[in-house]
Amino acid sequence: MDRLSGTVVGRAPDRSWPQSLSRVPYWVFQDEEVYRAEQDRIFHGPTWSYLCLEAELAEPGDFCATFIGEQPVLVTRDVDGEIYAFENRCAHRGALIAMADHGSAREFTCVYHAWTYNLQGDLTAVAFAEGVQGRGGMPAGFCMNDHGPRKLRIAVVHGLVFGTLSNDLPDIEEYLGEQILDRIDRVLGGRTPVVLGRFTQRLPNNWKLYAENVRDSYHASILHLFFTTFGINRLSQRGGIIVDRSGGHHVSYSAIDRTAVADTEYSQQNIRSESEYRLADPSILEGSSEVGDDVTLQILSVYPGFVLQQIQNSVAVRQILPRGTDDTVLNWTYLGFESDTEEQRLVRMKQSNLVGPAGYVSMEDGGIGGFGNAASPARRTSTRRSRWAARQRSRARAG
Amino acid sequence: MDNQTAIARAQAHYARCIDDGPLDDWPLFFTEDCHYRITTADNYSRGLPAGVIWADTRGMLRDRVSALQEANIYEPHVYRHMLGLPAVLSESGGDVRSETPFVVMRVTGGGPTDVFATGRYVDRYHLADGRALLRERVVVCDSKEIDTLLALPL
Repeated sequence: MDRLSGTVVGRAPDRSWPQSLSRVPYWVFQDEEVYRAEQDRIFHGPTWSYLCLEAELAEPGDFCATFIGEQPVLVTRDVDGEIYAFENRCAHRGALIAMADHGSAREFTCVYHAWTYNLQGDLTAVAFAEGVQGRGGMPAGFCMNDHGPRKLRIAVVHGLVFGTLSNDLPDIEEYLGEQILDRIDRVLGGRTPVVLGRFTQRLPNNWKLYAENVRDSYHASILHLFFTTFGINRLSQRGGIIVDRSGGHHVSYSAIDRTAVADTEYSQQNIRSESEYRLADPSILEGSSEVGDDVTLQILSVYPGFVLQQIQNSVAVRQILPRGTDDTVLNWTYLGFESDTEEQRLVRMKQSNLVGPAGYVSMEDGGIGGFGNAASPARRTSTRRSRWAARQRSRARAG
Repeated sequence: MDNQTAIARAQAHYARCIDDGPLDDWPLFFTEDCHYRITTADNYSRGLPAGVIWADTRGMLRDRVSALQEANIYEPHVYRHMLGLPAVLSESGGDVRSETPFVVMRVTGGGPTDVFATGRYVDRYHLADGRALLRERVVVCDSKEIDTLLALPL
């Protein structure tokens, strides 16, 4: 039996790496020890993680409960107007300091033993610190300054709040590089985002499979058949991929090619048929260029777990959060902008059908985990089963 | 037939249409100009307007069915809707607002029966000639989390 077939859950018996750089062994996606090491070295290591939007912290006292990897994090705006972030874990017994996802507070009091923190994460009060009736309490040398949740470094890029637990990495501008910054600026620059909705998709696969899928433009026109089925896009659109110098961040984009001729490569591959299907209500396509260029799609990733997406007029950020070797939380935040007209807002609502857990050009990505799991028969019996199949249906149709 | 009975009758057929087919008939439970969206209780209470499915015409609902049948790729699955009784909240001529709690179970492939969604329909019905058509259906899911993907409508 293939030693990578997944019969051993947990540590793989042999973690040898294939000689070829183009091969990644399955155990990278399955091994519990690899998963634990990723938490330490990647998410708690020298990386910037997306936390939330500045727009979600509009007023002093606003807070947002989020994560770096598995680590709960609280992001706040204090009365000084600045943004702060610290572990959402009480320094006493590790309970959540704030249990709501979003809200407004003057301070945080842990429900367990009422230890209290200000909006910057400083411990300001300990219940019964002096004991009761002269007995118990904290020792004489107890200093509240020595007890508090770990604080994060924070950086804000065009309204995106990033944080890190590491002091050992460059500032965010250097981390992202000019090309990535430019493409974030292209979508968010000079505009104030407005949250239109938040959805969480629970993926039954390793977080890296989704992170890779975002960077994989090979699958886009093959797996996501919506546009081609309804004769909406031409594969002769021009486009490209930018990979930053670190190799961790990327941008893939496509644009209307106004000089395009009919494409033949795809029809020759028999991957799709020239379809007779047409939309009953094509108003979903009545978008327009917002930033004065012909780019209809821009997918941008920031290592390790952030995605900024513009698909026509649908703008969203996605946060990828690992929860286990085969369990991932994908948080979608759909965006509009304060400057939107009523018509623009309506187009965003209609085009929200394209993305998210039920998206016409994204729902398939929820099933890629099954693809990963299908390679590993033992994993098919895990509680979060493979959800993948039905490809044959489209194959049969295309054929 | 009173409004609550008319609505309950329409909803029984609505659930049957999604669960047992034909799905092509699903848009016919709505008026031509309609609103349908699937959202979460959190979005709904905050007044956030987006949906994982969002439609403002019957044509958009037809397109959703066509996409599921012709374009989108997903593991075959079935739902079983369990609906509570509709609570009629207001009645003004043929314009009736109601809410109905639901539980939807999902069976994917050859797998077990999973609880996929619970929540409530927040509806506005148009009643005429004893028939109830949806002018507006906001599907408010209790959880913000959707397992794997949402293909069939709720």
